[in-house]
This record gives sequence, C-alpha cells and structure tokens, in this order.
Amino acid sequence: MTTATARISRPGHATAKPSRNRASRERALAWARRAPLLPALIFLIVVTQLPFVVTLIISFLNWNSLSPGTTGFAGFENYVTVLTDPDLRQAIFTTILLTVAVVLASLVIGLGLALLLDKKFIGRGLARTLLIAPFLVVPVAAALIWKHALLNPTYGLINGILTWAWSLFGSDTPPQLDLLSQAPLMAVIISLVWQWTPFMMLILLAGLQSRPMDTVEAAQMDGATPWAIFRHLTLPHLRQYLELGGLLGAIYIVQNFDAVFTLTSGGLGTANLPYAIYQTFYYANEYGLASAAGVVVVIGTILVATFALRTVFSLFKKEAAR
Amino acid sequence: MSTLSPAAARTTSEKSSTPSGTRRRGKSRMDPTRNNTAAGLAAWLLALLFATPVLWMILTSFHSETDAATNPPSVAANLTLDAYKEFFGETSGVSPWPSLINSATASILSTVLVLVLAIPAAYALSIRPVKKWTDVMFFFLSTKMMPVVAAILPLYLFAKTVGALDNIWFLILMYTSMNLPIAVWMMRSFLAEVPVEMLEAAQIDGANLILTLRKVIAPVAMPGIAATALICFIFSWNELLLARVLTGVVAGTAPVFLTGFVSSQGLFLAKVCAAAVVISLPVLFAGFAAQDKLVQGLSLGAVK
Repeated sequence: MTTATARISRPGHATAKPSRNRASRERALAWARRAPLLPALIFLIVVTQLPFVVTLIISFLNWNSLSPGTTGFAGFENYVTVLTDPDLRQAIFTTILLTVAVVLASLVIGLGLALLLDKKFIGRGLARTLLIAPFLVVPVAAALIWKHALLNPTYGLINGILTWAWSLFGSDTPPQLDLLSQAPLMAVIISLVWQWTPFMMLILLAGLQSRPMDTVEAAQMDGATPWAIFRHLTLPHLRQYLELGGLLGAIYIVQNFDAVFTLTSGGLGTANLPYAIYQTFYYANEYGLASAAGVVVVIGTILVATFALRTVFSLFKKEAAR
Repeated sequence: MSTLSPAAARTTSEKSSTPSGTRRRGKSRMDPTRNNTAAGLAAWLLALLFATPVLWMILTSFHSETDAATNPPSVAANLTLDAYKEFFGETSGVSPWPSLINSATASILSTVLVLVLAIPAAYALSIRPVKKWTDVMFFFLSTKMMPVVAAILPLYLFAKTVGALDNIWFLILMYTSMNLPIAVWMMRSFLAEVPVEMLEAAQIDGANLILTLRKVIAPVAMPGIAATALICFIFSWNELLLARVLTGVVAGTAPVFLTGFVSSQGLFLAKVCAAAVVISLPVLFAGFAAQDKLVQGLSLGAVK
C-alpha cells in the first residue's frame, strides 16, 4: 500500500510556463483543470438543486392536485400547518426521537464491539464478518424479517425462544411480547440499531487501530489501569470517530423510510417526516403542504449538517495537510 | 494494508513486553491470553447474537411453511426448497425476475454512470486540483445531506409531465445523482493515494496523460474504484423510496416487489425469508467483496 507521505496536496503541479499571453494561457489551463469536474457538477446541480428550488416554490402554494381550481399563493400557511398539525408535529418529534435513539444506541454498542474486536482472539475475522452481516441485508428485507420472522407475536423467533426457555423449567405460561402493537416505535428502533451498529463498529474499529500505541504503553508502564487508559487516552482519540460515525449515521437515519414503511406503515405514532411527506403528497395529494414539510426537513438537516461538516472537515483538513 | 499495520505492530510490541511482567497494575494488559479469551468469548457471543436474525432468515427459508410458523421454533425441521419455488412463482405465477432484472439494470447502469462522472471529477480534485477544491468537495457533500423527500415531489411531477414515470432510465438518473457525491468523495480519497513522486517521474519521462492514467494512476486506484463501484451498487440496490414513487408495474425494482409481496392470507413466513435471502444475496456478495475498503468508503474516505 502507499505510504502516508504520499498523501500530500499537489499545488502548482503544472504551473504555466512564462509566455507572452500568459493571462489567456493561464485561463485556458484553469479551464482545462476544471473540465473533468464540470459534468459531475452540472449533473448534480440540475438533478438535486433545481428540484429543491421547485420544492421551495411549491411550499408557498396552495396546491392539491385533487382540487385543481383552488391552486394559488398561500404564503406561510403551509409552514404554519406543518408546525401546528398534530400529525405532522408528531412526525417531527418521532423523527428526532428515532434518529437520536438509533444513533446513540448503535454508537454505544458499536463502541463495545469495536473494543472487543480490537483484541486478538481465535476466529476474529469470522466474528467480524458475522457482525457486518446485518448491515448487508437489504433494508426492506431486514424490516420484513424483523416484522414477520422475529417480532411476530404468535410465531416470531423472539417469542419462540421465550416459550422454549420457559418450557425448560416446566412452565407453559411463558411471557410473550408484542412489540409491534405495544411499542411499535421501539420495534423500529431495535431493527435499525441492529442494522446500524456494524457501521459504527467498523468506523470505531478503524479509529482504535489508528491509535498511537506508544502513549498507551507508556501509560501501562506507569501503572495506569485499563479504565484510566480508556478514559484518558482511547476515548479522546476516538472522539472524532464517534462524531463522524454519529453524524453520518444521523444523516441516513433522519431520511429513513424503509423501516417505518415496512414495519409499521407509519401507524401508532411511528410515522417520521419522510414517511409523513410521502403520505401527504402521494396519497393526500397535498403538494404545497408536503413541500413545506420537505423544506422543514432540510432546515433540520442543515442544523445537523453544520456540525457534521465541521467534523468531517477537521478529519479532512488533517488528511489534506499531510 | 494501511489499516492493519498499526494493529500488527501493536501485537508484536505487546508480545515483546509481556515477559518482563513485573508491573503491579494493568494486569489485563500484561496477561493478554487470559484477557483475550474473555474478550474473544464475549465478542463471539455478541457476533452470534447479531448474526442470529440473518442465520434464522436463511434457516427458515429452507423450511416448509408449517415448520416455519411454530412456537417454540422448529430448528431441526426438514429442509426443503419449497419456499424458493414459491418465491419464484411456482403456484402464483408471479415471477420476481422482472423486478430483479430492473434492480440489476438500475444498480449496474447507475454505478457505471457514477464512475464515468466521478472519476474525472475526483481527478480534478486530487491529482490536478482546481482552485478552491475543498469548497467543491463540500458542495458535493452538502447535496447528499439534502433528504430525498425534499426533492422528490418536483422529480415526480417532472417525470409525470414528460412521461418518464415507471421508466427505468429516469430511476437510473436518480440513483446516479444519489450516489455521485459519495463516489466523488471516495474516489478522491483513493486517487490521493497515488504517490506524487510517481506522477512527477512520469511527467519527467514525458509520459502523456493516457499513459500516466493507465500505468501510474490506474494500478494504485483500481481497488478503490472497485470498492466505490460496489458501495454504489449496494446503495442503488437497496433503495426503496424513489423506486416506489417513480416506478410501477414495468420498472418496479426488487425492494418494491418485496413490499408488495407479503399477502395477509395463509402462511408466508418461509416465502418471505426466501425472498429476503434472494434479494440480499447480491448485497452480501458485494459487501464482503468490498470488506477491506468498506470503512474507507462508508466514511467517505475520512477513515483509513
């Protein structure tokens, strides 16, 4: 593999040779440099930025495709509805709760797993592979498996194991869970934590393995306890990896649609904003309202993203400066 | 491998330091075998716990519907391929193949498009960087932070107006835009690994652009390109929301097929498991193939 020293930025790699029409030459060179970038840039602006501008415009319209005669300018009416409609307010709350719970739980479990996998033991490679597996199940398939094969109250594996375990002690009245109807949001959270923990584990494991070991060994020499080493050396080193994992995870989980759609169909207070918006425009045909809700999601994401960008930027700057 | 070397170095130093075991505290560190047995055991238990849903899904897919729906579970029931036959439409006559082919088409073609757009862009951001290339990088990333739901309505209305609804090509373009920012970030980090000395040497030797690309850049960047392609393939293959809104009977992808396939009538557990296995297989293969570079890719190149 290449060494770290190779990763330096390459400024002025092809500085223009002195010439008469230096200015025009330099301009041509700059454009030659930009040329490979332009197709990707233009494509993205057309496909992602333009639609958002349209969303922004529609969000100020009173537009329901089922009643075409009433289309008109609505001002901030749609935004007021987003923030006052009980269902949509509930969706905002659910989105926040879902994202925070999934990110925190998968970070904590992922950290524990990464710490374990950082040690050498028999079959570590295979254990790592098994742990990655949940992340490599198609999300819709994973949600279906959780709904039908694991959480189903009559023949799901979880209740099956409870029945089996209780029967070992001669009991035929085992406790039976029905998470999907009693705590549906919990069911969504559990299935998402299961899928996202491997992601966090991989990032944190990479962080652990990039730890400078000389300081850890020096601390051991000085008689530091494993806890003290973890608390004062490992954790500070892992901080940016925790942030990175958390924020990348948050970006994906805020947008989650598959699990909510498949597990609960947004019922019983599990509809998050992406699901609510989907319902609003796809079934209720309230285009203006759906767009306003979309803009609210973007504003929320920008808030999170400002932090995300800062973190990614600090890692990135470090790398670019090498 | 750059990711493994620190760990390897650490193990050797740990070994060399153990014989001089005169320290009083930090016992666990001094006795790596005992500590590692406990850690290994815990890791294995948790690994099995996390893998159980996957293993259960695979086992159930080979059971008959009656054996799949028992409480307590029939772990040792006879194995059969019935569920797979059912999934492929033996009795219902509804074949999943069109949706699987749509998924493959959308995922592969969008990945090719992503690479065609991302590799030159990454070149202009790492090997011969434009001015303010970091700003461009962050513009790419910021588009990824905009949730799909914030743009989906105009896209849907546009597709409806120009008659591109239920058209696989429109979906391919959407998947390309969805993966392009990630691919640019990944590719930049992989291209940045090409040693400057090698590029300079090639320039001094008078190698032209094509030759430099082929002989200097491609060999170093190839594993990274492969990993980027695999990760983009996975994201496209997994996608549900855009596919659900923008496609229908003709261009519906496998995840869409899967959501519409669970009937409320009769037993269907083994069939659901078989469907989940079939649809997850390409992702499992792609994921394990990219395992070495998965972290670097998923962290957008920020973590090596």
